[in-house]
Amino acid sequence: METLINKLKAAALKMTLLMALAAGAAFQGCSGTEQGNSKDEAVSADAATAVYVAPGEHDELYSFLSGGFNGQVSVYGIPSGRLLKIIPVFTQFAENGYGYNEESKAMLMTSHGFVPWDDLHHPKLSRADGMADGRWLFVNGNNTPRVARVDLKTFETVEIMEIPNSAGNHCSPYPTNNNEYVLAGTRFSVPLDMKGGTQDVSLNDYKDKFRGSISFIKVDKEHGDMELDFQILVPGFDYDLANGGKGPSEDWVFFTTYNTEKSATLKELGASQNDRDYLAAINWKLAAKYAAEGKAKEMPANYYHNKMDHNSHIAKSTVKKTVRYLLPEDCPGMMYLLPAPKSPHGIDVDPTGEYMVVNGKLASSLPVFAFSKMQKAIKNKDFDGEVNGIPVLKYESVLAAEVKEPGLGPLHTEFDGKGNAYSTMFVSSEVVKWSLKDFQVKDRMPVYYSPGHLMIPGGDTREPYGKYMVVMNKITKDRFLPTGPELMHSAQLIDISGEKMKMLLDFPTVAEPHYAQGIRADLVAPNSVKFFKLDENTHPEAVKSEKDVSVTRNGRNVKINMTSIRSHFTPDNIEGVQVGDTVLFHVTNLEQDWDVPHGFAIMGANNAETLIMPGATQTLKWVPQQAGIYPFYCTDFCSALHQEMQGYVRVSPRGSKVPISFSTGEKKPVPPATASVSK
Amino acid sequence: MKTSHKVLMLLAGLSLGLLFFFPMWKIYLNAPQYPEGLELHIWVNKISGSSESVLQNFNILNHYIGMEPIHAESFAELKIMPYVVVFFMVAGVTLALLGRRRLVLYWTMLLLLAGAVGLFDFYMWLHKFGTNLNPEAPIKVPGMTYIPPLLGSKQLLNFDALSLPGWGSLGVFLAVVLAGLVYFLSRNTNKTASINRKNVLV
Ligand SMILES: [Cu+2]
Repeated sequence: METLINKLKAAALKMTLLMALAAGAAFQGCSGTEQGNSKDEAVSADAATAVYVAPGEHDELYSFLSGGFNGQVSVYGIPSGRLLKIIPVFTQFAENGYGYNEESKAMLMTSHGFVPWDDLHHPKLSRADGMADGRWLFVNGNNTPRVARVDLKTFETVEIMEIPNSAGNHCSPYPTNNNEYVLAGTRFSVPLDMKGGTQDVSLNDYKDKFRGSISFIKVDKEHGDMELDFQILVPGFDYDLANGGKGPSEDWVFFTTYNTEKSATLKELGASQNDRDYLAAINWKLAAKYAAEGKAKEMPANYYHNKMDHNSHIAKSTVKKTVRYLLPEDCPGMMYLLPAPKSPHGIDVDPTGEYMVVNGKLASSLPVFAFSKMQKAIKNKDFDGEVNGIPVLKYESVLAAEVKEPGLGPLHTEFDGKGNAYSTMFVSSEVVKWSLKDFQVKDRMPVYYSPGHLMIPGGDTREPYGKYMVVMNKITKDRFLPTGPELMHSAQLIDISGEKMKMLLDFPTVAEPHYAQGIRADLVAPNSVKFFKLDENTHPEAVKSEKDVSVTRNGRNVKINMTSIRSHFTPDNIEGVQVGDTVLFHVTNLEQDWDVPHGFAIMGANNAETLIMPGATQTLKWVPQQAGIYPFYCTDFCSALHQEMQGYVRVSPRGSKVPISFSTGEKKPVPPATASVSK
Repeated sequence: MKTSHKVLMLLAGLSLGLLFFFPMWKIYLNAPQYPEGLELHIWVNKISGSSESVLQNFNILNHYIGMEPIHAESFAELKIMPYVVVFFMVAGVTLALLGRRRLVLYWTMLLLLAGAVGLFDFYMWLHKFGTNLNPEAPIKVPGMTYIPPLLGSKQLLNFDALSLPGWGSLGVFLAVVLAGLVYFLSRNTNKTASINRKNVLV
């Protein structure tokens, strides 16, 4: 009965929307001021209902879009395109104090010092048995090579590891099918000094001295902790993107390369001379075996590994001093090069694991390699010379087919699990659907100016969720109301469930979305943490009851261990602080309820606020510069009495006789809502 | 009393044990901003909630209207009640062994009385908490008191409060019904029982 009612409701809703759309069209027709551009004609009338998620209802899927130059990941609901969260990874985030408060600063430490920004390109979900398992999200920092792990229980960054011997960590991070390794390849080759740094050499020596590296990061099965196991030092090309095999090709990972010309200057020309660059194929299992069998050599290194402790929420940095490496010339059978048309970008392996699609962004053809043919070519030694001891396979021997007239500037391909592939065409600005059965184009759809990557949820796994496709732009012009020279970037949601692609929705994205991953919501949502248990808070400065708060002076340092709960801080009157003191506010949020963070901000602090989740402790550092009274307050509206959630610090001149004192409320015993949880 | 009656009486005594496994009473608070609701569970020996932090959240909400925080320590009853229940259980089991019909009646009536006292005491709690408000409370609604319903539902500001007996109370109910049944069924068996005893004595 109830389902019937729901059906009726849904039908009624659709009717209303359809009528509204029809009315709108009729009105526009009459007035003769029809607006919009030709692209919008592709939008069918029921697009609105296809993406409509009623108030209070949840989306089917989570999608994680990289923000590129904002160093963040943004989380969107699919199909609604609603922004759910922004996760700061390689960037300071004043909104919640990430990278500003004392607990998280260590996350952004590198061998170059504190680097509070990076260029985040590729989110990749952790995997089990070739499928996204919804536990972690790995992302790369391109500029100062780093790989980070986001925990999908909390949607927080919990680990960041610097990658030595790398520059421009673009070809990263690719997880193998059971998360054995996360692989990260260098975009820029550099002259390695074999001590973890780069040499001071002339740029004319590019050809002889520059090398690339591919890093094998081991992932702990249970907790996800990363560890740099070893690296392979590869020829000095630029490594662009990576993707791994599945099924028969499961042991292999493929990397696109450009600048096989090894040009150091004016690369737009220098790196675009060869008709073919390479697809590098590495047998990762064999590499791991070689490394384990002692083929790996060790060299000095210097890189940071930063981890957030699960219970104290304090990040700690460790500096690693060595790294192991393999040379392909010492490891037969580990690495091969496949000729690939001109400066390829995406390399994408279809769900069966047989086909490797190479998207040569400056080429007009779209070649598809066959894994079985590659195996055969290796067996028959169908080689076309070698580079640095790495055999180059014959193009014709590995080619399954070239897709005819695919479009201009193929950039990236994903799959729907029904034998179809979808490729973005950067130059001709379209998405092209073609079949893996006959390599013929089946459908094409114009998208807005210059699409970059596309994403089909699970499109890089064994079983894609072949209902939606998200196409992300690289250069946007006219999708939304203009906002001056800087525009919101955007993504488009396309229905791929039928024969023909159907445009459903445009939604703005934060900074430039380079790539995305999507996953069914029911694999992530049930594990979402609602609040941290106060009992499990192991922060050394945590106070779990208002009775235990303190303010103590130690030389010129003042330590304030305070609590917040709806709707007050304890203490809220603090005296005895002096100009130039280093004041640390250790604020513990005593709440044990979902979505009751309390913020903490103090006037004039040369810092951000800090936003403290229920049950957690965070520390804000403050060095007052002038005597006076400084109000502090809660920044996150927490109750009807939020505006009253405030207090004062009195700052006296240096050397003043005002003693340290603190209180909350005039009647000394603790105010009404104490947090002692009785058991 | 026949053996079957004794078994029933044994069950009557033991069913009170449910009080140690389930709450006696539950108070549900629902409001639009609490879609998952808040549940306060009142046990014979403690106060808890649907999750371990419920009590804290109850108290946080209550402090706006100046209600005293609820803590298990605030109630002497919670220390006494377990003993009372254990007393009734031991007595019930003993009666089952003795098979004395009249005592079963006394036991049942005493249990009913204890239940009534308990309910009255519970009402007094609710009344005390709902009316004994801090005059300095941040939110004051003229004439408003916050006595949750003893049984059934009631609107308290933005919250819909619903109060229902928990499975623990079923233990008391079962005890009374079973013991009543024993008293009723064993009408005619008592004589034989006493004759039997005489025989044994002779
Ligand atoms: Cu607050």
